[in-house]
Amino acid sequence: MSLSLDEVRRIAWLARIDTSDAEAEAMRAQLNDIFDLIGQLQRVSTEGVEPMTHAEGLTLRLREDAVSGSDERKLHQSVAPQVEAGLYLVPKVIE
Amino acid sequence: MLNASLKELSDALAQKKISSVELAQLFLDRIGRLNGELNAFITVDAEKSLAQARTADARIARGDAQPLTGIPVAHKDIFVALGWRTTCGSKILSNFVGPYDAHVIERFNAAGAVILGKTNMDEFAMGSSSETSFYGPVKNPWDSSCVPGGSSGGSAAAIAARLAPAATGTDTGGSIRQPAALSGVCGIKPTYGRVSRYGMIAFASSLDQGGPLAKSAQDLALLLNVMAGFDVRDSTSVERSAEDYALDLDQPWPDGSTAKPLKGLRIGVPKEHFGEGLAAEVEQAIETALKEFEQLGARRVPISLPSSGLSVPAYYVIAPAEASSNLARFDGVRYGYRAPEYRDLADMYCKTRAQGFGAEVKRRILIGTYVLSHGYYDAYYLKAQKIRRLIAQDFVEAFKQCDMVMGPTSPTVAFKIGAKAADPVQMYLNDIYTIPANLAGLPGMSIPCGFGQGRLPVGLHIVGNYFAEAKMLKVAHQYQKATDWHLRAPAGIQP
Repeated sequence: MSLSLDEVRRIAWLARIDTSDAEAEAMRAQLNDIFDLIGQLQRVSTEGVEPMTHAEGLTLRLREDAVSGSDERKLHQSVAPQVEAGLYLVPKVIE
Repeated sequence: MLNASLKELSDALAQKKISSVELAQLFLDRIGRLNGELNAFITVDAEKSLAQARTADARIARGDAQPLTGIPVAHKDIFVALGWRTTCGSKILSNFVGPYDAHVIERFNAAGAVILGKTNMDEFAMGSSSETSFYGPVKNPWDSSCVPGGSSGGSAAAIAARLAPAATGTDTGGSIRQPAALSGVCGIKPTYGRVSRYGMIAFASSLDQGGPLAKSAQDLALLLNVMAGFDVRDSTSVERSAEDYALDLDQPWPDGSTAKPLKGLRIGVPKEHFGEGLAAEVEQAIETALKEFEQLGARRVPISLPSSGLSVPAYYVIAPAEASSNLARFDGVRYGYRAPEYRDLADMYCKTRAQGFGAEVKRRILIGTYVLSHGYYDAYYLKAQKIRRLIAQDFVEAFKQCDMVMGPTSPTVAFKIGAKAADPVQMYLNDIYTIPANLAGLPGMSIPCGFGQGRLPVGLHIVGNYFAEAKMLKVAHQYQKATDWHLRAPAGIQP
């Protein structure tokens, strides 16, 4: 398969990564090399094989629905780019 | 002291031959002298390290020491540590100071170990050469024109150059074992779920696993004793009773004797790991190591891992898919870098991520985004997960015939800085022998077993069955009692 420049731009938008035309073009060539590598998978029959999502024997645990840990909002917001009154600030989204 | 084992350091501390403060200072001085050239550390904070060392000295004086109390350990900059800048090798986390401790850091702190600094790495652990770090490439102490391997290249180089007695790393596709091999040190990736991922910045969550790097199997055992253990905060942490990995390293294999300590051990040698692409110098060193194991009483069993050739393509669907999801959190809102100028919220995300991530990280996010996008999920992601099962199944069959699988860790010795940087696919093929263990969730390790041309180290890869770490460490320890490859240090690095 071969990705078009528009497809690269579309994926970059989905991933929210700004990409110039020159970058998209360079990326396209490298992605196509990688998809050639990945393409090997299509040639293998996997009929009847169950997908493996995780290492074997793992079961996900559930915990009690109870309070755990304490309020550490101040500490965790200390590393944020912009906060005010305990809230994260972002550009206005509702006019 | 620089070449001492962790046991020797622990004894020296107990006998007051050296204090923890002096030991930390010794390594901090070396880092100060040599890190400019090697770039193995991203962050060093002598004040914090020495404060921890003073606490450790008090603990030793009280007679309350554990095996690692007072010993400096370097941590891969992927582990969040309270009050320490934690960058994951990325610009996007260049201003991130850890607001809490990762489980692994908590465990080392509780054991009384001293955080020596945060080691350099490929950005978000995506790489096999430690060249993709925003903080510049790490140099291989055996030849500074070569890469140390990656992504835990800073940890491996720090140990090889005797800038640290031990270090932590993480391994998603070979990121502990491949740098251990290329830098001539030892490293183990435990069974998936052994070491908590809490506070370990996520790359591909179904594959990521933390583990130690050190100079010997015995040191790895002591480190794993501290690192491994159940943690309720990691949903895939395995609940098992604690094991002492160092307890019977010196005991022979069940059928063994003093003369033939590994008698009865069946070593599976997969033919697929000795084919095209394997450098002759590496093959020769591995062959010599396997002969040594036979001398120790082990028996070679030819095996096949028929699907292992598909591990690289399957990995490059699964790992980027998971990464694209995990790295969505870096959006300039809650932590890390935010672009200085933007029009609106979407533009802020796009510019922050464009400026904050390096080229390899962007490539993998784009691959992952594509394979998970509408209409392609079945063809790529689901397909890769089915192949993943075939690869895991190969090992189930193999372990019916052998106790351990051995082969080369990496197809070549360390390559020149820049040699593969422009060709992602060539770079990815470095991990061809290590990726299968991640996909299957099996424990894998690498130990030094010789040298190729230019005195560059070769690593022997050992894969065991689930939770067989103690056995693997025993086998490696018995080999290291009979050989001295693990004791060699780079010529340029004067202790």
